[in-house]
Amino acid sequence: MNTESIINALLGGSLIGVSAVLLMLTLGRISGINGITSGLLSLNLNRNDLWRVAFLAGLLIGPMVYMAVGGTMPEVVIEKGYSYLIAAGVLVGFGATLGSGCTSGHGVCGLARLSRRSLIATTVFLTTAMITVFLNQ
Amino acid sequence: MKEIAALISGLIFSLGLILSGMTNPENVIGFLNITGNWNPALAFVLMAAVVITGLGYRLAWKRSKPLFEASFSVPTSQIIDKRLIMGSAIFGIGWGLVGLCPGPALASVFTSNGVKVLVFIVAVAGGILLQRLLTLLLERKAAATV
Repeated sequence: MNTESIINALLGGSLIGVSAVLLMLTLGRISGINGITSGLLSLNLNRNDLWRVAFLAGLLIGPMVYMAVGGTMPEVVIEKGYSYLIAAGVLVGFGATLGSGCTSGHGVCGLARLSRRSLIATTVFLTTAMITVFLNQ
Repeated sequence: MKEIAALISGLIFSLGLILSGMTNPENVIGFLNITGNWNPALAFVLMAAVVITGLGYRLAWKRSKPLFEASFSVPTSQIIDKRLIMGSAIFGIGWGLVGLCPGPALASVFTSNGVKVLVFIVAVAGGILLQRLLTLLLERKAAATV
């Protein structure tokens, strides 16, 4: 790993941190993407859920803004086929909802606020993820 | 104002993911691949994110309330239960299969591999709904046996 990638990783991570702090400061909410998304998958939506749409919209337009300010089109390499993608997606959505969070909710926000639940959750999902990658080689 | 704040927050999150290379599943799998050619990038991303968020949260919580809401909505539970552990275990398996999770997926819809990412996202939505349905069914079963 070269110096440039390390710097980009630290800078990118810092931006993620800034984003999380911004959401907490303005709306008082945790930036857990699975939580924000699942809040929209409801039959009881009202005006108070509009912020979720706005946040997701912000996530979606990232690449376009990135390229507009001079960045190159982000490389997204996915070697797996559609059956893998579907299985992965269902497990991610199911698991994150059952476990009350994903990498952003538990891994970033939860650890940042020293949550015991998030420490356990993060440890568990990192472990099973690493085992999965190992078995998939 | 609330929606503008949320939009900007989401955008900065997305830019952070892109800049750090976390929208590329190859880098995520590379980090999770501890027995192979290990890519430590994700560790640096997480460290920076957690530190900044940790410091920022402390500052934010000096206020009595958020800027545009009546109160902070921070989870208070400290219970370590089966749901937390099982859910996290299952999430981890899904994450390890392709190297995608909700945030990076949404941030890479409008890239050259957008279709595959979109399929993943729809599946995530399916997984969320499936979990909710299961919870509902189990609750009804528990109520019926009372």
